[in-house]
Amino acid sequence: MTLELLDQQLIANIQDGLELTSKPFASIAAQLGISEQKVIKRMEQLKDNGTIKRLGVVVRHRELGFKANAMVVWDIPDDSVAQIAQRIASFDCVTLCYQRPRRLPYWSYNLFSMIHGKDRDSVLERLANLVELLELQDIEHTPLFSTKCFKQRGARYIDPDKIISGSISPLPLLSDKQKVSSPSAQEFILPIVKNHAYG
Amino acid sequence: MLTELEKQLLNDYQQGMPLVSEPYSEIARELNQKGFSVSENDIINSLSSLKERGMVSRVGPVFKPQKVGGSTLAAIAVPDERMEEVAQIVNHFSQVNHNYKREHHLNLWFVVTAGSQEEVEQVLKDIEQQTGLSVMNLPMEQDYHIDLGFPLWC
Repeated sequence: MTLELLDQQLIANIQDGLELTSKPFASIAAQLGISEQKVIKRMEQLKDNGTIKRLGVVVRHRELGFKANAMVVWDIPDDSVAQIAQRIASFDCVTLCYQRPRRLPYWSYNLFSMIHGKDRDSVLERLANLVELLELQDIEHTPLFSTKCFKQRGARYIDPDKIISGSISPLPLLSDKQKVSSPSAQEFILPIVKNHAYG
Repeated sequence: MLTELEKQLLNDYQQGMPLVSEPYSEIARELNQKGFSVSENDIINSLSSLKERGMVSRVGPVFKPQKVGGSTLAAIAVPDERMEEVAQIVNHFSQVNHNYKREHHLNLWFVVTAGSQEEVEQVLKDIEQQTGLSVMNLPMEQDYHIDLGFPLWC
């Protein structure tokens, strides 16, 4: 068994969540036919190389009272987008901050950030606060509030059946080239962000 | 209402789940050091209950997608009278994991995630064909955000 295939099988096993039983990694190990220690070790490596961004409880904002969310899109000059994006991303209640291509003339915004709040007003207040503190009044931006959720679930990258049939190519998990050159997208809405500022 | 234990689990364990043989037992041990008096079973039962109540979607990994496959954000300008129909067509694809109506001329926004970028692009083509509407493809170029989980009580 190649490492790549093992990674695919491991990801297929954990992408929908770990079992809520005493030894969840032993359970995965039994299904993959490897040792529990090997499962744990490989997950540590996937975390260390950034493939797993975080491991833990994935919450549903809406059910926890964060009923409003706005995808705030910004049209930032290309030469300053990285600097401004990092400052926007550092705000506590900004949960995503991605650069994406413009599609002129239909779409002129190149930065996407997500702001959650208890309600619409609190989202707008947070946005206004952010614009003021970062002095972004001259940057064109607009909040796209969600008015209906048609679907929300964890991303599923690997269909376990396809591993068995061998139709998935090996995953370039550790390739630096992939890191630099991949133009592909990033997970979009999953709950996210900074550390707890209790108050 | 949430118990103190549930709040702790929701806020403090969005990241850093222990990678040990018995992680829920380890979480109980960590919480007991903070003054709780809980068992492994209490942790497992609380997480199960949070899942059943819909507040937790899963306990597990959040991946960086460009490392494990392809994904993109896409948008469609849907005529109001076709919104439900088009949203259902989009939902029907197993590769679509988020699908939201938003306030804009481009009013349907969805995320496609699959094993490869080619599969993602095929899904977008299929959606265009089945809906007769143009799909705007907005793949991520740069991620500026460090994912440490969402602060629930800030």
